[in-house]
Amino acid sequence: MSEKISKETVSHVASLAKLELTDEQLPYFTDQLGSIMGIFDSLNDVDTSNVEPTFSVTDQINVMREDVADNWGQRDALLDNAPDVSDGLIRTPTIIDESGD
Amino acid sequence: MNFETTIGLEVHVELKTNSKIFSPSPVQYGVDPNLNTNVIDWGYPGVLPSTNKGVVKSGIMAALALHAEVEKHPHFDRKNYFYPDNPKAYQITQKDTPDAHDGWIEIEVDGKKKKIGIEEMHIEEDAGKNTHGNKFSYVDLNRQGTPLIEIVSKPDIASPDEAYAYLEALRERILFTGISDVKMEEGSMRVDVNVSIRPYGQKEFGTKVELKNLNSFNYVRKGLAYEEKRQQRVIMSGGEIQQETRRFDETTGKTILMRVKEGADDYRYFPEPDLPALDITDAWINEINDSMPEMPASRRQRYVNEFGLKDYDAMVLTQTKEMADFFDAMIKLGADPKMASNYLQVNVNAYLNDEQKDLSETEITPENLSTMIKLIEDGTISSKMAKKVFKGITEGKEPKKFVEDNGMVQLSDPAQLQPIIDEVLSNNPQSVEDFHNGKDRAIGFLVGQIMKQTRGKANPQVVNKLLMASINK
Repeated sequence: MSEKISKETVSHVASLAKLELTDEQLPYFTDQLGSIMGIFDSLNDVDTSNVEPTFSVTDQINVMREDVADNWGQRDALLDNAPDVSDGLIRTPTIIDESGD
Repeated sequence: MNFETTIGLEVHVELKTNSKIFSPSPVQYGVDPNLNTNVIDWGYPGVLPSTNKGVVKSGIMAALALHAEVEKHPHFDRKNYFYPDNPKAYQITQKDTPDAHDGWIEIEVDGKKKKIGIEEMHIEEDAGKNTHGNKFSYVDLNRQGTPLIEIVSKPDIASPDEAYAYLEALRERILFTGISDVKMEEGSMRVDVNVSIRPYGQKEFGTKVELKNLNSFNYVRKGLAYEEKRQQRVIMSGGEIQQETRRFDETTGKTILMRVKEGADDYRYFPEPDLPALDITDAWINEINDSMPEMPASRRQRYVNEFGLKDYDAMVLTQTKEMADFFDAMIKLGADPKMASNYLQVNVNAYLNDEQKDLSETEITPENLSTMIKLIEDGTISSKMAKKVFKGITEGKEPKKFVEDNGMVQLSDPAQLQPIIDEVLSNNPQSVEDFHNGKDRAIGFLVGQIMKQTRGKANPQVVNKLLMASINK
């Protein structure tokens, strides 16, 4: 199969997604992603030079919500579903932001 | 070698809408953790965001306030990153089609006016809040989805003082639209700074450094001043500026290296498919434009030109929209502008300081304060009595009724005053004689006696007039 995506790209994308890939997994996912990219590549055969870009697949325009607050009261149910909770807060491993954004 | 400085500012303004930008959860501060969250805010599978019309409207208001071109067909984009404060793993923002572009605001530094360009402004959602403990981090998603406007300046700002003036002008204009509290200390206004220097005459910009942790306008100015000097020192000693992020240290006033930037950020933006398209019509923009509150600079001009107020007074009155609106309401009710201005700046401001309150939290109304000023103007009460009436107003009392209930009406009727004056004159023949012998001070004593007789209620001007007429008979 022709290389649609490099190992370097896959490993970069994995690190952006905070995923650790083992040495065995990297070629495995590179192959898989490569064939997915191949499928998407076939879209390039379609001539879209006269087509306006589509940003939304619904045909709704200007469908907006009035600015009215409504608390759905879902806090407790959502916290019950969280893996770890402390005093109403979601508890996660310590992760210090690297980007600072 | 001489250098010139180039500064770009990115300002985040938190909007005070009722609900979040893409979910109906309330926007509120200081409530229990995660109370104002729902499945949309948590990024649950299968949920659909919906655009808050109030946010889009606020974006247009900000655009109009900053003379920017409104984008007619904006769409949202996803900015992808993984961090616990952001459960969807992307932030919905606007990258391709910002809400508005090419605006400007005018600043003044050392008497010189200058226009600072605004590159673009876009609306986006805020993230939740992370608190770091020893072993764990704790996430509160109440802030997740709070609407923000990010305003990006052009690199037109050439000094720390200009940066300060720009932030002041920007804050003031946004404040008067009423869309945000724009308070740095409460985080409803946040500033990121980019700064570079280059030798005079050089075409290319120098390498820019980003500054963080600038929690007041003053720190922005100090951090920039420090950074200008630091970069000059580095270049003068043969070094090179590297692209880095530095943190301003409030205690030392220095900037400290946080990290060196390697390569561009990789957010893999793509259009947000879950939100319907927007078509911003001219009719809507015009409607919003027609209802835009008057901007502070224009009010100041009006106060000086039409009402003859001093520049300083006009400045004080436009420090908050509340105060300026209050003043305008008093003028509409017919209060004398100079008196209204004085009362607001002296009595009302002193009261607000003492009580640590905002104008809206008090019982003082434009109606009551105007009525009081009219009572002073027409001589019904003296300015000394007004102090008591003002206290009544702060307790929600109507001035006319307060004056009547407390028997405070000033005695201005000659028919009532004349007998008292005659009596005082006949009881004090020595003073009358002293006056005729050229001792002007005797008049003061006689007025004092009349005031004593009327328990301070006599109108001093009327008393003076009647007394002089009687004594010279």
